[in-house]
Amino acid sequence: MKMLGSDAVLRSLEAEGVDVVFGLPGGAILPTYDAFARGTTVRHVLARHEQGAGHMAQGYARASGRVGVAIATSGPGATNLVTPIADAWMDSTPLVCITGQVRTTLIGTDAFQECDITGVTIPIVKHSWLVQHVAEIPNVIKAAFHIARTGRSGPVLIDIPRDVQEAELDFTYPADVDLPGWRPPKRGHAKQIKEAARRIARAEQPVLYVGGGTLNADACDELRELAEVGGLPVVTTLMGKGAFPETHALHFGWPGMHGPKWSNWAMNKADLLVACGARFDDRVTGKLAAFAPGAEVIHLDIDAAEIGKLRHADVPVVGPLKDVLRDLAVELVRLHAEGEGRRPDAWIQQIRDWRAEFPLKYAPGRETLKPQRVMELLQDMTAGRDVVFTTGVGQHQMWAMQYLLCERPGSFITSGGLGTMGYGIPAAVGAKAARPEATVICVDGDGCFQMTCQELATAALEQLPIVVVLINNGYLGMVQQWQNLFFDDRLSHVHLTHQVPDYAMLAEAYGCAGFTVSAEDEVEGALQAALDSNRTSVIDFRVDPQEQCFPMIPAGAAALDLIEFEEGEDAKVARPL
Amino acid sequence: MRHTVSVMVENKPGALARIASMFARRGFNIESLAVGPTERPDVSHITLRVDCSDRSLEQIQKQMHKLVNVLRVQELPPDEALERELLLVKVAAPPGKRAELISVAEVFNARVADLGADALIFEVVGTPEELASFEELVRPHGIKELVRTGRVGLARASARPAPRRLAVLR
Ligand SMILES: Cc1ncc(C[n+]2csc(CCOP(=O)(O)OP(=O)(O)O)c2C)c(N)n1
Ligand SMILES: [Mg+2]
Repeated sequence: MKMLGSDAVLRSLEAEGVDVVFGLPGGAILPTYDAFARGTTVRHVLARHEQGAGHMAQGYARASGRVGVAIATSGPGATNLVTPIADAWMDSTPLVCITGQVRTTLIGTDAFQECDITGVTIPIVKHSWLVQHVAEIPNVIKAAFHIARTGRSGPVLIDIPRDVQEAELDFTYPADVDLPGWRPPKRGHAKQIKEAARRIARAEQPVLYVGGGTLNADACDELRELAEVGGLPVVTTLMGKGAFPETHALHFGWPGMHGPKWSNWAMNKADLLVACGARFDDRVTGKLAAFAPGAEVIHLDIDAAEIGKLRHADVPVVGPLKDVLRDLAVELVRLHAEGEGRRPDAWIQQIRDWRAEFPLKYAPGRETLKPQRVMELLQDMTAGRDVVFTTGVGQHQMWAMQYLLCERPGSFITSGGLGTMGYGIPAAVGAKAARPEATVICVDGDGCFQMTCQELATAALEQLPIVVVLINNGYLGMVQQWQNLFFDDRLSHVHLTHQVPDYAMLAEAYGCAGFTVSAEDEVEGALQAALDSNRTSVIDFRVDPQEQCFPMIPAGAAALDLIEFEEGEDAKVARPL
Repeated sequence: MRHTVSVMVENKPGALARIASMFARRGFNIESLAVGPTERPDVSHITLRVDCSDRSLEQIQKQMHKLVNVLRVQELPPDEALERELLLVKVAAPPGKRAELISVAEVFNARVADLGADALIFEVVGTPEELASFEELVRPHGIKELVRTGRVGLARASARPAPRRLAVLR
């Protein structure tokens, strides 16, 4: 069928089954926006900043397991997408970004709003295209979706010059892709899987170290099967949170810089680590040379380049985790039936004892509201509900990790690898677009909030209601904590104040509901009101500015050298697990 | 350790930039790089020379493999590969010195590619080591300009079929 390039973009998105995209128009992408106006089944959510659009697409992808799509114009529109692209790259979030570009006749002339965005993003995309001919559009879009979601998922970028959008083509959407250089692994090596199962059966102190790759691979049921048949303890990284039900008897927290002591001890005293879609990030391992020194490593990953990148793998298995984990479980059952190895019950008991001995603790507030208390109450009030949490980056993010128990895949959405402040609100809007039936709650910091709060307008006007639980400590708290601990309390440019802006008033200005809470006995009421309102709400929790997040493994320190909460006589043991 | 890596890439815009960027970003240094056409018009060949540990080499190969335009990555072990390079050198050659220079050149099968009033240009093909020795020999005569292509390589016709190491992991 004859049509314009701009229409071909939309027909291609429709053919990919895209239901919603996030974007903001401008000159070079105008023809494609005109195609939206001419008609499409694709819903377009108008963001207030392209970074917001990008994070929305990420939130959508994480909540739905599908590819997120963001659209922007050339030049500044495209460069505003760079942060979400980098974020999606680090966290392997499947993302297709479509940008307008100046006319092909103007490329290279420093034309108005020209930016070589394919060049800028080379190090942070799986692949990108500068579309030179209109006839390429369907094939490029087909390939883009295929690459974004296959193998290790991640971001791709399609840059389409304005005249290419305006040219005519004979449209057919291809059934297949022709990508001779893109061959992600199809199955794990059977012998390696057998060997892995043998070592799991033999291990006395094994730990399943589960990362975000498990969620990306949609392998959570298989993971649970493996853990249950083997009686294996599971720790989930920040990115893996939600891959294993956190109230399950075999779940033992979250490893890394602010992970509880029992989780880090389990990892570091293990004799076998089974890394599932995890990449030995420095925020998890601390000092690499001192990390889990007595452990053999089985490394399961779709990306061969992760094997041995940081930690030697004794048994690598490269393949889709869904199949690999399923085969491992089957093999483990077989070995047990043959009488080889048994469930590490004593080890499980040991980790339970550590958990009882070293629980999370904080000092209850006398005059002040404690952020941990807000998290505990939030957890209590949302337990059993279909919730999706998103977060910003900082102390509040780490408290969210420690105190919110996620039961389902895709229910905890955060910026792990890049640590992007401002991720939370737009990611929540995107998650809501993906899962309208779920309650979407963004746990945000006051610093993060101010980076992307303009998207409250998007939430309000697009009928994508979210609840923002604002942990307002008046500071760039995590930076303040580092300055306190490692720079002799010399605070340098971290004070934001509790009062400016007035967050509740700002929320109202954006057409949302605003609440201000500074006492513990008001927390539940405000949360209830926000959860019941079915409107986008911001609850400004004015929490203790001095509160620090513990335990903490200082950057570069060995994971066992953690700084713990200094106990006063009034220390409160956090919610037992 | 120095390694030679042979890479087949789709002949697409940006393919080389993606490879170069990956090296820069991951902190690997390219010592020499030669790109050229192959028997297939849609495929180019890149010969890369890198100085790195075996472990880094493995990372390089795997990271390159993930690039969508890369079709094949293969290390060329010195004993299983043929490597050649082309050198052009402009040497000061006053008429009285020419004969001496040309006889040195003959030993290396160097060809006189151009002749001027007080200089001449040699063209030499050989292994990179041979070219280095030639360069040293003519240096005392006064090198005015010198260019080398960087090495190109192919696995020997008699060598075992490669690649091997990656096959285990994929
Ligand atoms: C875009 C960006 N800029 C700077 C940082 C460095 N940084 C990490 S946490 C943090 C403070 C965040 O403050 P806030 O949102 O108030 O969270 P809190 O730590 O107080 O809970 C900063 C500045 C970052 N991660 N991202
Ligand atoms: Mg703060």
